[in-house]
Amino acid sequence: MTMLTINKLHKAFGGLSAVMNFNFQMEQDELVGLIGPNGAGKTTVFNLITGVYKPDQGQIIFEGQNLVGMAPYSICAQGVARTFQNIRLFNELSVLDNVKIACHKNVQYSVLGALMRTPAFFKGEAKIEQDALKFLEVFKLENKRDELAKNLPYGEQRRLEISRALATQPRLLILDEPAAGMNPQETNSLMKLIEMIRREFGLAVLLIEHDMSLVMGVCERIYVLDYGLIIAKGLPQEIRNYTQVIEAYLGEELN
Amino acid sequence: MQTKKIKWTRILLEAAFLVVLFSLVQYSISTHMLSQYYQINLTSMCINIILAVSLSLINGFTGQLSLGHAGFMAVGAYTAVIMTTKLDYPFLAALVGALFAAGLAGFVIGVPTLRLKGDYLAIATLALGEIIRVVLQNIDYVNGPAGISGIPKLTTWAWLFGGVVLTLLVVVNLVNSSYGRAIISVREDEIAAELMGINTTKYKVLAFVIGAGFAGLAGALYGHYFYIIKPETFNFLKSFDILVMVVLGGLGSTTGAVIAAIFITILTAALQPFPEIRMIIYALILIVVMIYRPQGLMGNKEFSRQTLGRIWGGRQ
Repeated sequence: MTMLTINKLHKAFGGLSAVMNFNFQMEQDELVGLIGPNGAGKTTVFNLITGVYKPDQGQIIFEGQNLVGMAPYSICAQGVARTFQNIRLFNELSVLDNVKIACHKNVQYSVLGALMRTPAFFKGEAKIEQDALKFLEVFKLENKRDELAKNLPYGEQRRLEISRALATQPRLLILDEPAAGMNPQETNSLMKLIEMIRREFGLAVLLIEHDMSLVMGVCERIYVLDYGLIIAKGLPQEIRNYTQVIEAYLGEELN
Repeated sequence: MQTKKIKWTRILLEAAFLVVLFSLVQYSISTHMLSQYYQINLTSMCINIILAVSLSLINGFTGQLSLGHAGFMAVGAYTAVIMTTKLDYPFLAALVGALFAAGLAGFVIGVPTLRLKGDYLAIATLALGEIIRVVLQNIDYVNGPAGISGIPKLTTWAWLFGGVVLTLLVVVNLVNSSYGRAIISVREDEIAAELMGINTTKYKVLAFVIGAGFAGLAGALYGHYFYIIKPETFNFLKSFDILVMVVLGGLGSTTGAVIAAIFITILTAALQPFPEIRMIIYALILIVVMIYRPQGLMGNKEFSRQTLGRIWGGRQ
């Protein structure tokens, strides 16, 4: 079943068209990669899907709902969650609180309940804590729960960001360069982690990545973007051999 | 079972502490051990605590720079004074009325202005606070610039104490809940919060309304202690005074706001005998504190039972 359909998406900043005539389709449970040179418009596409930017034209249909014009928090409520190219954690808060905030949309007590400290409050807080810990355990961060997010090493910050996104219980997870700044070993374990969470939580994953071993390793289909236009799409092995993609992005081997 | 027992013991101990504190002060007021001078300063202190804690919810926890707090104080003061002097309502009803009127004013002002960020929000709230003052100056019903005088002195230690406890209870309980975390996430990173499913506008308005409401309560207590209210009392300098307390205490710390409110009240009282150099010393002390504690006296930390336990027993 089609989960996400994007029709003729267009976004310009002043005179610069960042995304032009972007058409895209994604099935349920699929893992799709979006690649292309810097400035090709990949992150803009993510910002359009998640409501950070409003498109000039086009439709974004997620599970039959048009997301265009929705506020980012309601898009999140529809089941779309994301991470950021430059990590955006709640730096001054603990690891656990970072994930708890993502659990807020399912909070089971009212503001008045919180002020009066009703039994519903204690029950609701216990549930949020339990849920948050579950997501931290998936990423082996449970023993760092009380550390401030800003004090985590880089790789763990990336993992915390993914677990925070997962805590919003999405059906589509969007990862913006999850392996940026990671060494090959970390990238390798991240690859396994992405496969695992996809199976475990039954999600579709859409990711931007420059690390070709990761993209070719996990993605089932790939879209290639250059100057705001899709220049190729297909299976990883097909993408590898497109001359246009090689010219624009992958480069040729030196002989 | 064991933890439940500990929890109840703790609540009882805290309640007992509050009762003892209240009774001690009440006793020293009734027996005139506490002179008029100290009573006035005690009243200012309580009102300043309510103002600082309520503004710290907006500026410290939500991260929205608001410079219109005195405006909400004015709305509360005028509402309560009109209710008691002109409409013959009991004091409690007037206090509740002040709380809601100022909260409503916070809502009306907050919804359009909270779209703005940083400096722009500061200017907008500053301007709206001034508008409230100027409007009051031009209403004959409340005697314009002359203000209302001859207000009965209904604010007693019991009301002040109740007001401070209620403010602290509401702010602390709100901040330490899922709604509080949502509010803090707005301060930390508004875009990330929004994308994690937090309706940031809603929580900014919520914090703004609650903060404004308690500023109104402080205004009502103020009006019924100091005999007279006039628009000039609630000008933007008053808003800055409150802001100074919040920043001095540490943005994002309720205990910091309380300590700073107490500190500033004592400092102001202590400098009273030197009117010509008062503001110089006041400013110098603030500058020195900000140089050595740029994060404020408490940073974003709280002074809690746990801290007390650590100091006491050397363990958590």
